[in-house]
Amino acid sequence: MTMRAFDYMRAERVDDAIAALGNPNTRCLAGGTNLLDLMKGYVEQPTRLVDITHLPLRDIETLPDGGLRIGALVSNTDLANDRNVRERYPLLAQALVSGASPQLRNMASVGGNLLQRTRCHYFTDVGFDACNKRKPGSGCAAREGSNRIHAILGASDQCIAVHPSDMCVALAALDAVVEAQSRSGMRRIPMREFHRLPGTTPERDTELRGDELIVAVTLPASRFADHSRYLKVRDRASYEFALVSVAAALEMDRDRVRDVRIALGGVAQKPWRALRAEQVLVGRALDDAALAAAASAATEGARPYRDNAFKVTLAQRAVARALREASAA
Amino acid sequence: MHVRLDVNGHDYDLTLDPRVTLLDALREYIGLTGTKKGCDRGQCGACTVLVNDRRINSCLALAAAHEGDRIRTIEGLAGATTLHPVQSAFIGHDGFQCGYCTPGQICSAIGMLDEARGDTISAVTTDVRRRGPAELTDAEIRERMSGNLCRCGAYVGIVAAVREASKRGT
Repeated sequence: MTMRAFDYMRAERVDDAIAALGNPNTRCLAGGTNLLDLMKGYVEQPTRLVDITHLPLRDIETLPDGGLRIGALVSNTDLANDRNVRERYPLLAQALVSGASPQLRNMASVGGNLLQRTRCHYFTDVGFDACNKRKPGSGCAAREGSNRIHAILGASDQCIAVHPSDMCVALAALDAVVEAQSRSGMRRIPMREFHRLPGTTPERDTELRGDELIVAVTLPASRFADHSRYLKVRDRASYEFALVSVAAALEMDRDRVRDVRIALGGVAQKPWRALRAEQVLVGRALDDAALAAAASAATEGARPYRDNAFKVTLAQRAVARALREASAA
Repeated sequence: MHVRLDVNGHDYDLTLDPRVTLLDALREYIGLTGTKKGCDRGQCGACTVLVNDRRINSCLALAAAHEGDRIRTIEGLAGATTLHPVQSAFIGHDGFQCGYCTPGQICSAIGMLDEARGDTISAVTTDVRRRGPAELTDAEIRERMSGNLCRCGAYVGIVAAVREASKRGT
């Protein structure tokens, strides 16, 4: 398998990498696990790769407010096994190890994981003509095609693909912030705003601009370490993308919910924060009625397609189970 | 472009197109064909090698990006007269049939055993906050080896081989 020809440049300093960005045909190379795969399929055809793997962005540091700052090049393996992450953000550790394979996690970076592209069959195979995400204006083959793995929430007439990452679902639940650096300075983008819904511009997955480099992700001080759960439901027990996943995090006041975060994966083009379901639970005990109310609120507005109606029920059951297991954790 | 790769302790000076993957550099430019090309898309694990002692898929890595790294392949594991203990364990437990996935399985197992000794978790680890070396139950071995597919289905022998190697402390 080959790829289109490109120029290769190794950046030694963050400023050099940023200086090389801005051209739409330039891509940063970090772990390469998604980018090179897409290049081999001619989905991505950059003319220049900027190898950023030697930039000093591999630290995980505790912040003065008790939060954590994670360098963009920390590998998925190193982040999942970091002692602070496992103690204070076990939800994130669980999400990370449920994604990909050990080899891929050894390669894949935090920044690259944030920018993973959808595994919609019609997007990843250039043999299909109609894909608005790959070729704006060409249509969406998935809407009338095989759409078992596709979105039930937040899709548009132009694109019904889902976001593939597990890590990002946990980051959305944990109120993470993405730090993006450009020639004009540093921008902090909350996870809830980082990924976009398709609307009329499905070709843009995120709010990151072409001249920006993700340098870090920050997490606020942990409040959910004792009661959290990442539940991933998929066709195989391992090494498979989620049909539905749920990141549930609870702060309990005896048997009542003081605060809660619920985010879903596999249902939308972004990690889907179930804000209504969170509101439903605050102040309540996690009895069957509360779990059912939260589960139903989590899929409010769901619009399934031909093959994926099962995801609505699956998502509701997964939300209830993840909350129950989080409270028992 | 010019690329120098350190493979199994030897330096190789190569002239490559930037598109050449680490896998193709090993097989087509250096002549080390022990590392196998299966899917060439990061899905099967046949191309697994150790880079700075970590297992990676060499099909999704550019050779140019690994200048300065220590690369170990299946050819670099055995001693002059003795096999690597994981190689012996695979033979002892029939951890293969056709053998095509085996170099990747063995490199992956060596990387995995190293990870397990170093206080790491997997998707089947029930308490991610627990400290210390991983307890390599069969479920842990299967999950931690899930990046390597075996089309012949020799998984029972592979798990047995890895289990024995883990007990020998390789």
